[in-house]
Amino acid sequence: MRFSALRILKEGLTGNKGWGAHWRDPEPKAEYDAIIIGGGGHGLSTAYYLAKNHGLTNIAVLEKGYIGGGNVGRNTTIVRANYFLNGNSEFYSHSLKLWEGLEEDLNYNVMHSQRGLINLFHSDGQRDAFVRRGNAMVNQGDDAVLLDREGVRKHLPYLDFDNVRFPIYGGLLHPRGGTARHDAVAWGFARGADMRGVDIIQNCEVTGIDIENGAVTGVQTTRGAIKTKKIGMTVAGRSGQVAAMAGMRLPIESHVLQAFVTEGLKPVIDHVISFGMGHFYISQSDKGGLVFGGDLDFYASYASRGNLPMKEHVMEAGMTLMPMIGEAKVLRSWGGIMDMTPDGSPIIDKSHIDGLYVNAGWCYGGFKAVPGSGSVFSHLIATDQHHSEATGFRLDRFRTGVGLMDEEGTGSQHNLH
Amino acid sequence: MRLKCPVCGERDRREFYYVGDAVALARPDPDAGEAAWDDYVHNRDNPAGVTRDLWQHEAGCAAWIVVTRNTVSHEILETALAADVKRAMS
Ligand SMILES: Cc1cc2nc3c(=O)[nH]c(=O)nc-3n(C[C@H](O)[C@H](O)[C@H](O)COP(=O)(O)OP(=O)(O)OC[C@H]3O[C@@H](n4cnc5c(N)ncnc54)[C@H](O)[C@@H]3O)c2cc1C
Ligand SMILES: [Zn+2]
Repeated sequence: MRFSALRILKEGLTGNKGWGAHWRDPEPKAEYDAIIIGGGGHGLSTAYYLAKNHGLTNIAVLEKGYIGGGNVGRNTTIVRANYFLNGNSEFYSHSLKLWEGLEEDLNYNVMHSQRGLINLFHSDGQRDAFVRRGNAMVNQGDDAVLLDREGVRKHLPYLDFDNVRFPIYGGLLHPRGGTARHDAVAWGFARGADMRGVDIIQNCEVTGIDIENGAVTGVQTTRGAIKTKKIGMTVAGRSGQVAAMAGMRLPIESHVLQAFVTEGLKPVIDHVISFGMGHFYISQSDKGGLVFGGDLDFYASYASRGNLPMKEHVMEAGMTLMPMIGEAKVLRSWGGIMDMTPDGSPIIDKSHIDGLYVNAGWCYGGFKAVPGSGSVFSHLIATDQHHSEATGFRLDRFRTGVGLMDEEGTGSQHNLH
Repeated sequence: MRLKCPVCGERDRREFYYVGDAVALARPDPDAGEAAWDDYVHNRDNPAGVTRDLWQHEAGCAAWIVVTRNTVSHEILETALAADVKRAMS
């Protein structure tokens, strides 16, 4: 089924009876050429690009719950390419370019909206840091515009510019940054993979990884054993558990990150605004809700909900930045489980077990990476070579200390990111 | 979430600084080798369930505390002074 304006018109006139399921609900086969564990954004995009770019279609995505039930459906949907360090920079640039062609590629409306992202700064020192970051972005071939105070005011007149603690000095505008509809990204990739023959198997939890003579031979699942010689794991917050099935310990601690949404309002916030000093960021969804969040709760957690202190902190930061937000009523808050690495950057690598590939450690920033990660991880699985835009995400960088990617410059240590 | 400081009693989570897995109590020898140090500094069991981690009662008595708690339910099962735990280990 192809989506088009004509099709919408036709369905509208004929009672919308022609829309079918977006993907099949197949029974697991006894064997696949490759198995992807985890049907979040990264698993689905990996399967999609394995089929599309590498012609591997006898593959399955095994998802323990339902498609879109993990972090891919829980995040605050910011899509950007404003990283500073080599390794991250070229990867997120690659990913953003894929986003820009994604809707045509998938024939699916993921509501990618490049509304512009503004990172605010509040001191001369911070301005210097953002000038440097902006230059790095421009050198990477992406876009960055330095705004002074009046420049920010033109875009965001409703901020409190004269806050005593955090007066606004300016901001770094990333015009191609923005948001997308998170569920639609999962659904679009699921549909695209399914159309190319990939089996998407929901309610199928992997409970064991079979290894013989140092090579994978298959998986045990709640729906029976399945044979395969290649396994890609893309289970985000559950990476520790799935790696343990292969006898591995990863440099990952799972933490909870919360987010919030208000009742639907008339359009008021046109951009994505990031107030780093307050650990606060916000955008407005197309439905009208103000979507905002802050930092981790900062203790290891697998509960998909957080605690009160971070809720209060986020609300306070919002009031500090834009007092008008106090008029809005918060509808919901929720949490997602984040796979935090010591340096805050991800891992895309082979493991010491033949045929077991690791994609993990996306921390709180893996949504923007969804197309990029699928494209480079599928390359690694299919060719056993690292993709040219993702050579830095090595698992051994922690052991060797070479190539750590600590964007925040706080140190490569578990409780600092 | 409230944690029970063995010295001060039950206090709000805000008073505590979180360090992470209580591996710090079992620091390897300086010459234990690369693998032991990599495990100590980076690799984690990361359990979904009962874990033992290290907190400091920063805004209280400043004691280091080993907290046994459930990462799925946020239930606090036991707290003990890190000094006592360390002494019992040797
Ligand atoms: C509140 C919040 C806000 C965020 N905001 C942003 C943002 O603005 N921008 C951004 O770029 N990123 C953001 N992120 C991060 C981003 O959501 C994640 O990094 C990313 O979604 C993780 O990859 P995923 O989509 O594959 O994960 P998931 O959707 O979690 O997929 C993993 C899947 O694996 C499945 N699974 C686990 N164990 C097993 C098993 N044993 N067998 C089978 N399946 C299994 C799970 O059920 C799950 O569906 C945010 C996250 C949260 C929680
Ligand atoms: Zn105390």
